Amino acid sequence: MSQVQPLIQDFVTPEMVEAPKPKPSLAAAVNERSGSGLNRCYQCGACANGCPFVQAMDYTPNQVIRLVQFGRRQEALTCKTIWVCVGCHTCSSQCPMGIDIAAVMDTLRLMAVEEGVVIGKPNIIDFHEEVLRSLEKYGRAHKLGIMLGYKRQTGRWLKDLDVGLKMLAKRKLDLIPSRVRDANQEIAGLFTCYWRESA
Amino acid sequence: MNAFETLDFSYFPGCSLATTAAESNRSMMEAARILGLNLIELEDWNCCGSSSAQTMCKNLSLGMAARNLSLAPAGRPLVAMCPRCLHYLRSAQQCLKADPETRAALEEKWGRPIPTDLEIIHFMEVLVRYGLDRLKANARRSLKGLRFVPYYGCTLARPPRLAKEKYFQGEMENILTALGAEAVPDALMHRCCGSFLSATDPEIVTPLVQEIIGSAVAAKADCLVTACAMCQLNLEIRNTNGAKIPIFHFSEILALALGANDYERWFVRHLVDPRPLIQKLSEAA
Repeated sequence: MSQVQPLIQDFVTPEMVEAPKPKPSLAAAVNERSGSGLNRCYQCGACANGCPFVQAMDYTPNQVIRLVQFGRRQEALTCKTIWVCVGCHTCSSQCPMGIDIAAVMDTLRLMAVEEGVVIGKPNIIDFHEEVLRSLEKYGRAHKLGIMLGYKRQTGRWLKDLDVGLKMLAKRKLDLIPSRVRDANQEIAGLFTCYWRESA
Repeated sequence: MNAFETLDFSYFPGCSLATTAAESNRSMMEAARILGLNLIELEDWNCCGSSSAQTMCKNLSLGMAARNLSLAPAGRPLVAMCPRCLHYLRSAQQCLKADPETRAALEEKWGRPIPTDLEIIHFMEVLVRYGLDRLKANARRSLKGLRFVPYYGCTLARPPRLAKEKYFQGEMENILTALGAEAVPDALMHRCCGSFLSATDPEIVTPLVQEIIGSAVAAKADCLVTACAMCQLNLEIRNTNGAKIPIFHFSEILALALGANDYERWFVRHLVDPRPLIQKLSEAA
């Protein structure tokens, strides 16, 4: 054995190094959850050209993908775009790289709900929550109840009133909800989601 | 009709067809009865979960759809008319196939098996697969002279997750042209109707709907025929200041051609009255 001492004692390499696991990047996380293949995006913009709702968005779909790729978590999760997207899949079917862009939006919405960030289009999440209340109670969607609940949440009673009245007159809005027999037993148990904690 | 044996199917109506679009449901049941297709409503079905469950919680979405699968008796296919319901039911089945643990947990919760080999098909697919000769034998009213835009909307053909499954391109045209109508394909037949934005942000949806209907009018169509009850509703209620033409649900036109007589009951529920058009057709015939 040589008698040479290391210059700095503490510098001896230990057998095991406890290094913190690197956090997966936003892009990796979104890609894994959505199975969308978003790394293939080369910003051609076909999705933005085809999207019927692009005018109501703050970022075009390809820009949202860029935000995700650059790890701009805050912007990606709080933008309006992910809420305006209804999942019509026009973008996904037009993407030359076969990226399922609608699945990216889907995943970002779920992440936004889970992480409790500020919601880019609060009226839309109000609507979804109102639908879920109806589903939890009846097992089916009671549209009149949903619309009334939604109006109560947003306070916009007069907006769109004419259409509501027309639908009532045409008997398109049932007064009495159609319901599942044992909704409490079989359905209510499914509603264990995190969104309830924040709501 | 007696020449054909009655075929049994389980049937999942979904919330729209059970309520707001009761006329689509009634006409479909009537058409099915005439064709000898016995649609047996799924006992105690629940909402498929729809976009809202999908948005808020994946497990909820899966659970809602899965309960319906657990209610379906073995040995006959499950039929849906609503494209979204079909999509969520099929996605759930695919998901449970790949995840036996979740499947077992849900089966234990409800005390019923969830069949993963259950065939889930759209009503149009039933017609194409089992009903073409029945259609010919039972056609009573000619649709000759009816120029329609086959409006599929977004969900029937598109979802990439189900890209390897059957898709429905051209089926509406095949069926209705066989009954004498004339398809007008040069309009926006796949453009999304706006879905739930029609409830939350009508100002986004109105111009889109007007564009869709405008394209049909420009192509000199008499009407649009939709594959989805929500599309039918959105195209009617959000077309506020453009040209107005009747919007039919596919099942209404089908039942009409098969000689159903209670169409007045469906058509009074429309916002754009289709009766003048029907009148014109029967006079021309």
